[in-house]
Amino acid sequence: MTNLRTNVVDAVERMPAFPKSVHQVLKLASDINCSQKCLVEIIKKDPVFTLKILRLVNSAYFGLSREVTSINHASVYLGLNTLKNVALGLAAVGAIPRHRVAGLDMDAFWLHSLSVATATRLLGSMLGVSQDDVADYFAAGLLHDIGKVVLALYMAGEFEDVGILAAREGMSMYRAEEAVLGTTHAEVGAMLAARWNLPVDLTDSIARHHAPDRGTSSQLVDCVFAADQIVKRLAFGSAGDCVVEPLPKSVRARFGLDLDGLIAAMPTLADEVEEARVFIRLGEED
Amino acid sequence: MRLRFRGTRGSVPAPGPDTVRHGGNTTCIEVRSDADDLIILDAGTGIRSLGMELMEERPVSCHIFISHTHWDHIHGLPFFLPLFATGNAITLYGPPDPLSMTGIEAVLAKQLEYPHFPVRVAELRADIDYRTLTDRQTVDLGFATVSTLLMNHPAMDFGCKVRCDGRTIFFTGDHEPFGNIYDPGDDDYEEYGRIVDERNRALIDFLRGVDVLVADAQYTEEEYRSRRGWGHSTFERTLALARDAGVGRVCLTHHETTRTDDELDAILKRLRASGEWGGLTFDMAREGEMVIL
Repeated sequence: MTNLRTNVVDAVERMPAFPKSVHQVLKLASDINCSQKCLVEIIKKDPVFTLKILRLVNSAYFGLSREVTSINHASVYLGLNTLKNVALGLAAVGAIPRHRVAGLDMDAFWLHSLSVATATRLLGSMLGVSQDDVADYFAAGLLHDIGKVVLALYMAGEFEDVGILAAREGMSMYRAEEAVLGTTHAEVGAMLAARWNLPVDLTDSIARHHAPDRGTSSQLVDCVFAADQIVKRLAFGSAGDCVVEPLPKSVRARFGLDLDGLIAAMPTLADEVEEARVFIRLGEED
Repeated sequence: MRLRFRGTRGSVPAPGPDTVRHGGNTTCIEVRSDADDLIILDAGTGIRSLGMELMEERPVSCHIFISHTHWDHIHGLPFFLPLFATGNAITLYGPPDPLSMTGIEAVLAKQLEYPHFPVRVAELRADIDYRTLTDRQTVDLGFATVSTLLMNHPAMDFGCKVRCDGRTIFFTGDHEPFGNIYDPGDDDYEEYGRIVDERNRALIDFLRGVDVLVADAQYTEEEYRSRRGWGHSTFERTLALARDAGVGRVCLTHHETTRTDDELDAILKRLRASGEWGGLTFDMAREGEMVIL
């Protein structure tokens, strides 16, 4: 087990750095007073982000007559609003690797992550979270299963065993992970989030997204947990796990609704997920 | 070629006793060739009355160019009667939506969705053709050519240059002068400035030889100070653009929603009295008014 533990730590270490710019763009995009200069400066500091934006802006979708060669250039051509919306789409995509990973269907994983992100944001809004902070709810939902990416990328053999065990026994992935690895994707995800210096609330929501009633009660954790169950029940994508867990009493009490009640309370979820899928297309390589 | 203003108001319709002379309908310009071929620039609420007149002489054949898809430039489209009748041939041109990665066809379909409108796009009986535009594209209509130029607005916005019967007009759609987001002394001030200058030069070059400029001039200079980035120009900046490009005649339009007829008259009087605009002929666009080139 000690050896496995070292492997898990190694796997986390091998993940690429999380662009700070992504977090800043998510924040800025919900600020009506965001200045064009501020947005442009953030994008410029991240060469990968810059490259993605330039590739997109030069694609046929924009129909521009000349090649845009810098972010300044893109800014003059497109203006704040278009640039902001493009950056927002790409920021969300940039957080998770897009290439196919052993044992994890990345397309289905993406759809699951985006759906949980969208549902978490909707639940946050239902509880009165401000427009400013609701982007954090989206990010928490988007990243909740990021630990699975670490495991699939860097502990592929063990992660495939986890999938086989979960499918055979009809058990949750995290229980199968405990049996095979002695840790869970939630814990691994939280380790990665800590290494990425993500905000404490976000790290905590990743760590506890299967155990909302463990530790201090948290509105964000409850939202991510409920959103995860809603999305699994509706089968929007898949992160390798289709076991819908019951909502603990504390979570039901927070919303004043059970799982079916929550699903009924967000009739726009499918449409909003569909909109969020645009982000996937925005980030595609070609 | 002649053009008639069907709608001159910016942002949202503004009917009432204070807007009777300049008009309360949102942007729509009817452009006619000498042989009466029809181009319609933008489909604000002004397009409604045009549609009613067209229905008296069916079948209708027309080309509608949408500069950009903000509400005030498409609001009248579902009320354009020729769309509903068989035998009419309508081509709708406009910019793409680069975020949803859809073309101009998606705009009408969205407007006619169940929560917004009782008739679905599949129920429209006219023969409708959709053409999504790109920057600096020239569309040859036979009787005229229409060339596009990407303008500066918080959406993809193509200005349109219409050449017809040996004359040329340019319509900006909505447009804010390009500006530097950096301050003097900032590292990128000069580089950004160079790109801004390049864009300005390209616009001026595009405008050379144009007989009539129909341009967004929503704000006074004073109003503009607190509305930078909103995507609109001022009276003075529009006239300066025309002067720099050697355009002889300007129609100032996209009137600020709250601006009364008297205020527009007063602004026009002030601009004309300033003596700053030399040989330039300019006027406020008035709904219903015809301009013959």
